[in-house]
Amino acid sequence: MAPAPHRILRVKRETHDTFTLTLEVPEEAGGEFAPGQFSMLYVFGVGELPISISGDPGVPGQLVYTVRAVGKATGSLVKLRAGDWVGVRGPFGSAWPVEAARGKDVLIVAGGIGLAPLRSVIYHVLNNRDAYGRLTILYGARSPKDLLYRVDFRSWSRQMDTHALTTVDHGDLRWRGRVGVVTTLFRYVRLVPERTIAMLCGPEIMMRYVCAEIEKNHQLPASQIHLTMERNMKCAAGFCGHCQFGPYFICKDGPVFSYERMKPLLGIYEL
Amino acid sequence: MSSREEGLSGLVDLPSIGQLISLLERQGWRVIGPTVRDGAIVYERVESIDDLPRGWTEEQEAGRYRLKRRGDDALFGYNLGPQSWKKYLHPPEVRLLEARRENGLLKILKQSDPPPRYAFLGVRACELAAIAVQDRVLVGDRFADPIYEARRKNLFLIAVNCAQAAPTCFCTSMGTGPRARQGYDLAITEILEGERHEFLLEAGSEQGASVLGQLRARQAGPADSEIAEKMAEHAASQIHRRIETEGLHDLLYANWEHPRWDDAAGRCLSCGNCTMVCPTCFCTNVEDVSDVRGEHAERWRRWDSCYTLSFSYIHGGSVRRSVRSRYRQWLTHKLASWIDQFGTSGCVGCGRCITWCPVGIDLTAEVRAIRDTPTRAPKRRENRNGES
Repeated sequence: MAPAPHRILRVKRETHDTFTLTLEVPEEAGGEFAPGQFSMLYVFGVGELPISISGDPGVPGQLVYTVRAVGKATGSLVKLRAGDWVGVRGPFGSAWPVEAARGKDVLIVAGGIGLAPLRSVIYHVLNNRDAYGRLTILYGARSPKDLLYRVDFRSWSRQMDTHALTTVDHGDLRWRGRVGVVTTLFRYVRLVPERTIAMLCGPEIMMRYVCAEIEKNHQLPASQIHLTMERNMKCAAGFCGHCQFGPYFICKDGPVFSYERMKPLLGIYEL
Repeated sequence: MSSREEGLSGLVDLPSIGQLISLLERQGWRVIGPTVRDGAIVYERVESIDDLPRGWTEEQEAGRYRLKRRGDDALFGYNLGPQSWKKYLHPPEVRLLEARRENGLLKILKQSDPPPRYAFLGVRACELAAIAVQDRVLVGDRFADPIYEARRKNLFLIAVNCAQAAPTCFCTSMGTGPRARQGYDLAITEILEGERHEFLLEAGSEQGASVLGQLRARQAGPADSEIAEKMAEHAASQIHRRIETEGLHDLLYANWEHPRWDDAAGRCLSCGNCTMVCPTCFCTNVEDVSDVRGEHAERWRRWDSCYTLSFSYIHGGSVRRSVRSRYRQWLTHKLASWIDQFGTSGCVGCGRCITWCPVGIDLTAEVRAIRDTPTRAPKRRENRNGES
């Protein structure tokens, strides 16, 4: 499957190393996606990258990706400017269970860049506010300078029926917020286990601790906890073999999985 | 001359195999078959009977492969060389994409070279099974790989039944051989008895029956099919390597932390030979290149191996850093998780991974070692540490 060229409309600098690209969807491409899905973004001559869609599913005609510059391909992706072109394949993969969560409370737990794939589900819940119960957003970043989507976060915090909390691993001189890993935010949260769906994205080690926290201390069954996995990916269609995680291909069976399915595998070293 | 109503089979003599090759070539097939090159029997283009490995066989053992003379004129008197047919159906190297940058625009060029119509001559039963496995992986799931699909759909498959087994063979454990039962257009059984040197041809498809009809075949009798069955029985009786497949999936899933993985890792060079010679291993990597002016770019797909460190690389480091974890990934995928993914084992029992392992690691022995001393309580270690 060949990538379709998409023009960059805007590049927004989120933090010192993280950028959000907004692409214009050509008419024939459609641009529909479900929150949680990802695309393969092709940078001319450099390579292709799996990047989660972090935009608002209610805004047609554009695709939004937040990228942290950590390597050669991500580094060249964030160097692109408005008017440049990237190739897009997708969207691929499984989605957050937004339908199953209807009528229920939604708990979002994000670590670092993990907020990006969750932002589209937050948009979805806010766009369909009456269909969902309480919305709780817990977000942990490494340091204040790594906090993403500050404007969005302020607006989520101001919503009367949304509980949005932030913490950082290490504060700095000007930081007056909470300091601690994301699990420390659970002391401010009361979950109703029978009507809560949790959605998690962040480093694997963080997700393991958060899963354990909400399963043990908040009695949420593993089937109501969903998380998104990351592995090396070349094709996004299950052919390259790189993203295997036990019996699963992260690209086509995931990236969003229920904790129930991941639990037996998450603790296996170097799986 | 045989006909369809007589069980779609016939007997031909030695020169007819040459006629079969030229007949297929004339009808637009590119015939790929066994030939001797660089001290091994490899699958290359064959244009006449002289290209076939007449009178050759091989000696195989764990970590050992040598060609030797048979002392007769057998065309198919060997078992398996290092290569499998995936070399043609799932090419080691293929261009996926060509792109141009013109006046600031990105243009993705269409890839339109149609692949040749291949006729494979000399496909063993285990290799037919391997092709069926790759069909499941590359076209039978949610997505279809267009490169494999285009090569696969125009294929003429000529199976050859094994008259003998190599010491590394274990097709009987995997239920794939030694006799080809399905999935071919024509199946050949080479009959060598004293002065008699004939080939029993059985059609397995309409396409195969039509080609058979164009050869000067003599009618085959029940005695001939009996000989073919006897030969298959004889080959099966020579097979001593064995994997107990009953409960194998659950056994491996219960033994992620078995000490045998450390033992195997102490011998494994992590070279990836087993994945290259395996007829079902399908993993690939991609490489993007561009010209110096930055106007023309290409993306190439190449076979990859789960034994490389880069295979599992994500930001922060590779997931499978130890050889232990990489050997475990390969073996557990091949024999267990493959079943979850594709409803079939990834192993067909060809034994190539045993022969071509430079240190002679034998998966049947590794599985046996785990079965003999299963550990149920996994030792929990810390998973790779990401950052928050």
